[in-house]
This record gives sequence, structure tokens and C-alpha cells, in this order.
Amino acid sequence: MSVIRVPTPLRPYTEGQKEIQINGGTVGEALKDLANRYPSLKPHLFDETGSLRPYVNLFLNDEDVRELQGESTPLKAEDRLMIVPSIAGGQ
Amino acid sequence: MSLRSTLPNITLFEDPPARDLFDRVGNTPLLRLRHVTRDLPPTVEVYAKAEWYNPGGSVKDRPASAILRRALLEGELGDGHILLDSTSGNMGIAYATLGAALGIQVHLTVPANASRPRLTILRALGAQLTLTDPLEGSDGARRVARALATEHPHRYYYADQYSNEANWKAHYHTTGPEILAQTGGRVTHFVAGLGTTGTLVGSGRFLKEHIPGLRLVAVQPDAPLHGLEGLKHIPTSDVPSIFDPGLPDETIPVSTEQAYAMAVRLAREEGLLVGTSAAAAAVVALQVAARLEAGVVVTLFPDSAMKYLDEPLWREL
Repeated sequence: MSVIRVPTPLRPYTEGQKEIQINGGTVGEALKDLANRYPSLKPHLFDETGSLRPYVNLFLNDEDVRELQGESTPLKAEDRLMIVPSIAGGQ
Repeated sequence: MSLRSTLPNITLFEDPPARDLFDRVGNTPLLRLRHVTRDLPPTVEVYAKAEWYNPGGSVKDRPASAILRRALLEGELGDGHILLDSTSGNMGIAYATLGAALGIQVHLTVPANASRPRLTILRALGAQLTLTDPLEGSDGARRVARALATEHPHRYYYADQYSNEANWKAHYHTTGPEILAQTGGRVTHFVAGLGTTGTLVGSGRFLKEHIPGLRLVAVQPDAPLHGLEGLKHIPTSDVPSIFDPGLPDETIPVSTEQAYAMAVRLAREEGLLVGTSAAAAAVVALQVAARLEAGVVVTLFPDSAMKYLDEPLWREL
């Protein structure tokens, strides 16, 4: 199981949890697992067509998933995936 | 409509020569949006303050300049104190730009996911940076700044833009009067995004005092996780103490997707390459304008897109 780290603005949808053990062989599968376990989180990550919203920034062990293989990026058991918010408020 | 009739009157050399950077803060152009408004009747006008004309490239030069001036006047800076604040970019760039010109050292706490160009600009201007947990966002950066200020009260002047009265007062004394003058007192609606809320509170207070019936409209992201850099989803954020929730007549939510689409339209139809917070303000300004039979809707575009061009919105066009 990998770990996904949840940013402050999304914790109301994960029962306040900051780190969640997650199943899935790829980044995309892990996100779907997360969304299935916390259905109210789903619209914040995916649009109506099921595509990941363009401003959901994902980092795998400090690397931007966009620079890797996007949602197809393989996940290993010890990996840590981070959902990073945009820089919000009071630039 | 002929091209000529869509061109504004241009007067050259009307500005006095600048003496220093501070003289160049504010007095930004008020641009009429002429093409994205084509479905509106001619009796409805929409304008935007072009804040990237400030020396530091954003609206934040206004509060930064006011905060620096106030701290210097009150003797809180200038005795070797370091200006400390949390910021994700524009406010930091404003502090660092004006601070460098004044010989004041600037220390900023910045979420570690701030874009590389942003961090490069801050370092180039000589700012010291403490990078903070990206998952905690701007509220997390603020907590780190507060802790540093408490730990070293004699080293730092902690500016705290979220609670500093000079933030909204900068807009009360500059942005508001400029909008009043530039519209000849005709403004009927003012639309502004919520970040620290300084723009909305300061300009809004001034305009409400001077224009009877002025409608003040706040813009905020429609969800806690969004891509509208600089804007706050107030219900899930630390509410800035300078915010006056009773001031706006209404608050309109904008989705990131709406703002992204508007950013591209503003670039291609108006020649205005602006940031996503500006685009979000434009979405709401046009919504407000569409309800009117006559009116003058003014909004404010905090910055241009130049610092954001490495982001997916622009890279993937």
C-alpha cells in the first residue's frame, strides 16, 4: 500500500485525515480508490467526464506527476503521493 | 464596428517623470473591455484596472508600499529590522522590490510549491526565503511567519498583510479614488477577488462612501481545491482579520475552468495576457454586466500571466 497525503482544504472530505493508505498500481488507480472511499472528495478531483481536473497537482516523492507518466505513473508500496493545492490567498 | 472606433483615445507623454519606484505605484490604466463584451448593450460598460503596470508587476505594490511607509513612519523598520511576511509570490515580489530600493532586508515564508520563476524572482531581488509545507498552503506559510516573529521579536518587523490595516487603506486611498476619477464618478458596480481581501475592503469602502447605490461584488473560488492562484475560498480558509463580511452586496463563486477559459479569451480577444485571478474577476464582471440595462462595471486585474506561463493552462494550449 502507498500513502497519499491530503492538503488542508480537502481534509473535511477525508474525515480530517492527513495521510491515507491507498491501493492501486498506478497514480490514477490510487486516486480512484481514494475517491471511492471518500465519495464527497470525488468532484474536487475529477470533472463530470471522470478526468482529473487540470489544477489538481500531484507529486510522487517530490516529483510532479505531469513530468513522469501522469495518471499512468506506476506506484510502489513505499511511495508517497501528495495532492498539492494551488497557492491560494494573499499573494 | 470599425477598428478605429474600438481604439481608445491615446495621449502620449501625459505622465510626469518618475522620481523613484514609489512614485510609480498606483495610477494604473483603466482599460475598457471591448470585445468580450460584444453581447452587451452599448449602455453597459466594463473596465479593468491593469495592475501589472505597477513596478513590481502586480496590485501588491499598493499594500506593500503602504505597509513599508507606515512601518518606517512609526519607527518599526529602518533600524536594521528585517521585514517578515508570508506570501506566495506577488506580495513577496512587491516587498522585495520596494525593500531593495529602500535598503530594507526582506524575509518571506513561502509555500514550497511556489513556481520556480517566482522563487527565482524573489531570490534575484535579494529576499531571504523559508519554504513551508506545500500541503498547508498560504495559511501554513502564515503560521510559520507568525512563529518566526514570536521567536525573534527584535530581529523582525512582522508585516502580516492579512491583519495590517495599511493593506486595505492603500486601496481606500489609491485604488478607490483612481476608479472614481477614471470613470468620472460613473462607476455603478465594483467587482474584486478575495485574497487578503484588501482590494475589496479598501476600494469598496471608498467607493460606497462616494457613490450612492454602488454595488460591491466579491469573487471567490467555487471549491476549496482550485487553481485560482491568489484567491481564497473563504469558508475553508483562515479569514483575514481585515475582512468585513458585511461590506460586499454579494459574493459570486467562479470555477477554475471558467477562469481558465476566460484567461484565454482575454489574451486572444482583448490582447490582455492576465493571471487566473484576473480572469476570475472578468468572469464575474461579465456576469454582473449581463444583468444590466445600463451601468459601468469596474473590476481589477491583479497581474499579468508572465509568471505563470510554465503552468498547464498556458503550456497545454
